[in-house]
Amino acid sequence: MEIGLNHYLVLSTILFSIGLIGVMRRKNLLMLFFATEILLNSVNISFAAISHYNGDLTGQMFAFFVIAIAASEVAVGLGLLILWHKRHNNIDLDSMSTMRG
Amino acid sequence: MFEAIAFYLFSFLTISMFYITVTTSQALYALTALAAGMIFISAFFFILGADFLGAVQIMVYSGAVMALYAFGMMFFDTTREVKEKQGNRFVIVGLSLVAAVLIVVIFAAPIVTDNITALYPITEGVGNTQDIGMVLFTKYLVPFEVAAVMLLVAMISGIILAGKKMDLSLTLMDEDEIKEMKKEEENKKVLL
Repeated sequence: MEIGLNHYLVLSTILFSIGLIGVMRRKNLLMLFFATEILLNSVNISFAAISHYNGDLTGQMFAFFVIAIAASEVAVGLGLLILWHKRHNNIDLDSMSTMRG
Repeated sequence: MFEAIAFYLFSFLTISMFYITVTTSQALYALTALAAGMIFISAFFFILGADFLGAVQIMVYSGAVMALYAFGMMFFDTTREVKEKQGNRFVIVGLSLVAAVLIVVIFAAPIVTDNITALYPITEGVGNTQDIGMVLFTKYLVPFEVAAVMLLVAMISGIILAGKKMDLSLTLMDEDEIKEMKKEEENKKVLL
């Protein structure tokens, strides 16, 4: 059985929906970061697959920049998270509702 | 044949690992399952012929990002069970599926209509790493430099945000000194 582009796109969809479920049901901010990583990785898979099946390198380039952005996002996000945890002693989303209308 | 077996094996492993990550109530299980899932994802890159991308995936995610999360988790109370948001499950699952299908339609529309041509075609007889190097340092040089500056900014901001009061050691201080420091901090919070 031949593995085509659609197989990879379906896999990417499944992983993306798993990540979205994680984003929607998690309260802990660290767990939310994990779910974001899953989202970024699922998109990377589809980039690499499209790059392979079209014989084009642009998809792989985009995947590299996505990885770079994910790494810097983790660095800044964890710094902010540690700061918040030092001040309020928890990292639940409910404690960050001071701007609620 | 082997490609199909590898694809199905690794997709099963990746999906189960990420499912554990989003459903478990223990932060440490989530972290280890995420690290395993990242390594399994790099297998897809190797299957697809993107060797350099797979190596970068293993190095950056399992090496750098996971180490960063592991160090960050030392600050948090990870033994406590993670609380969950109580919402309507069907709404959540439905919304996720709709959003994911939408994303795939956005990605697949240009392929289905078949009007894309290879901007930077893969050169025959050249390794993947060499090919990527040639494209990255000619056509994508400016984004590459911008990404480098962005990583530098992220590193400095991470040091500044997380590194406050790192020069003080709580284990080497007396009880009185720690109490005094806490009092000072509380006074500061009142001022803020």
